[in-house]
Amino acid sequence: MRRLLIVGGTSAIAEATAREFAARGDSLCLVGRSRERLQAIADDLKIRGADVVTVFCLDVRDISAYEAMLDAASRSLDGLDGALIAHGTLSDQQACERSVDVMLDEIQVNALSVMALCTLLANRFAAQRRGVIAVISSVAGDRGRGSNYVYGAAKAAVTAFTSGLRQRLRPHGVSVLTVKPGFVDTPMTAAFKKGFLWAAPRTVAKEIAAAMLDGAPVIYTPGFWRPIMWVIRSIPESVFRRLSL
Amino acid sequence: MRQSGNPTSWGGQPRCRASAIAEIHDRFAALPGESQVPMLAYGNGRSYGDVCLNDGGMLLRTRGLDRFIGFDTAAGILECEAGVLIRDLVDLVLPQGWFPPVTPGTAFVTVGGAIANDVHGKNHHLAGCFSHHVLEFDLCRSDGSRIRCSPRENADWFSATVGGLGLTGLISRVKLKLRRVQGPWIRGDSLRFANLRQFFALSAQSDRDYEYTAAWVDCAASGSALGRGVFMRGNHAPGEGREPRRFPLTVPLTPPVSLVNAVTLRLFNQLYYRRRGASRRNVQWHYRPFLYPLDAIMHWNRIYGPRGFFQYQCVVPQAVAEPSLQEMLHRVSRSGVGSFLAVLKNFGTSTPLGLLSFARPGTTLALDFPNRGAPTLQLLEALDEITCSAGGAVYPAKDARMSAASFQRFFPAWRQFAERVDPQFSSSFWRRVT
Repeated sequence: MRRLLIVGGTSAIAEATAREFAARGDSLCLVGRSRERLQAIADDLKIRGADVVTVFCLDVRDISAYEAMLDAASRSLDGLDGALIAHGTLSDQQACERSVDVMLDEIQVNALSVMALCTLLANRFAAQRRGVIAVISSVAGDRGRGSNYVYGAAKAAVTAFTSGLRQRLRPHGVSVLTVKPGFVDTPMTAAFKKGFLWAAPRTVAKEIAAAMLDGAPVIYTPGFWRPIMWVIRSIPESVFRRLSL
Repeated sequence: MRQSGNPTSWGGQPRCRASAIAEIHDRFAALPGESQVPMLAYGNGRSYGDVCLNDGGMLLRTRGLDRFIGFDTAAGILECEAGVLIRDLVDLVLPQGWFPPVTPGTAFVTVGGAIANDVHGKNHHLAGCFSHHVLEFDLCRSDGSRIRCSPRENADWFSATVGGLGLTGLISRVKLKLRRVQGPWIRGDSLRFANLRQFFALSAQSDRDYEYTAAWVDCAASGSALGRGVFMRGNHAPGEGREPRRFPLTVPLTPPVSLVNAVTLRLFNQLYYRRRGASRRNVQWHYRPFLYPLDAIMHWNRIYGPRGFFQYQCVVPQAVAEPSLQEMLHRVSRSGVGSFLAVLKNFGTSTPLGLLSFARPGTTLALDFPNRGAPTLQLLEALDEITCSAGGAVYPAKDARMSAASFQRFFPAWRQFAERVDPQFSSSFWRRVT
């Protein structure tokens, strides 16, 4: 991954993954909302071994700005070999239940913006006949649960979208990776009580970087989430609807 | 190294529960707003007692502040956020021929914690404390202000914050001066000594020519063997060899009772003293086993069982060092509780920079004891009395039980320091000793 675009560059998982690529001497373009925080991460990645690190400020709600961002990112690194889409919010489920606007905004940030970015990246990478698109989905997208189905629905959309995109882009030499992290100890999940299922961002990041370099299709990270989610998906609806998860 | 649930300290003593935990990951952000309860930074939880704990208060977890900001590879100046671990710092700077000029006995401490406890290492006699190599840092106060501190700029805040146990505010950014090394190797000797007098003689011989000196003492020995041990000395040196494997061992769970008891102690101490490697000259060590021997065993604190253990580290002035330490070792030996890891070292004469800095001219002794309740506390109290009458001090970073009266005698500048304590900051330790 010589030249990598990271959208949502200030997220803990994105930053940890960026460090994996920085250690290999790769170049990165970080996209996020806060220039100050992006620059702090860029400085760190440079010291950790990254070749070139550039930053670009963008609110992912502004889809009309994507083309200009991709142009700028590509220019700043002299082309792109891969992209990691890592931005997102963890919805306040109760607020989403009360307000259509809040619910739609969550879908906008966690699903629509990702699909829009994927569409643009897919066309660019297909044209250059190579590239890797990695998208952070979630185990929450494997089945809707009463406690966070808005977030789950957005991630389910991302999972289905990237699955189709993977088929479409394969003949063009472009791989698409769907990343399904379980519980990760990040600022996004600071309010949760942590137990043994929780993983550090660094653990997840190593697996994401390895999967991107391998051209893997779907990863659960840490890997033990694959059997857990298999069980969750296998529960008959007649039983599942009675559970409080 | 991820902490989950209720943050604890390394000794597992005392039990505290924070009422709130805030993750700090943005060095530009203000501290959490008007908090109802006092705050305290919590780095990697390697302080032994309660200087890093805040019962009922808020802990600011700083491991998210782990970015490097600048590294001048020509001048050896590193700027980083305060949550960077010494281990990660070494991994970055050593391949470029640099090393931290002072490092404690574990690399699993944050840079902010190293400043807040003004830590020392085996080279104190030549290099002084960690604070002697801190060029500047930013201190975030609860009123939203940010104070840039260096030995010249806001020097009063600098001297309150180095060794200030995190009480003056949150250290967010740090600039350090590094030292040149030729690689990861250290060359030196391991020498047996039969008693304290021989330790002092070896130390006097070695401290001029060897950067790192420290001794292990057999605390189970008594009678004529009292004070025997193994003296280690070494210098950074060019060398060749294979890097030792990282973290091969771990203590996977806490046993129901302490594995350290009178029998295992005697056995361990005997074997450690008698082993063939205890007396060797011109040995080449990798820096990790030499400087951080216990970092090879993850979670080693668990061997003390669910009740945890107490560390005790004191310093006594040179003039009375021999009789005072003799008396302490005698007390420990007689108590039968012994100590697994007893370390002796002569400090240098550098003037401490912090109002509450621990390391000062004299000899330091570090011991640890499984927590057996009242008998252990009585022994430690007796050691405090010896330290007190010798005019010495006990190290807050390792303490979980010293009395307020003792603390105030050991650190007479504490009142002056108290004026610099952030009104929104406190710790379990601070409430205990003031």
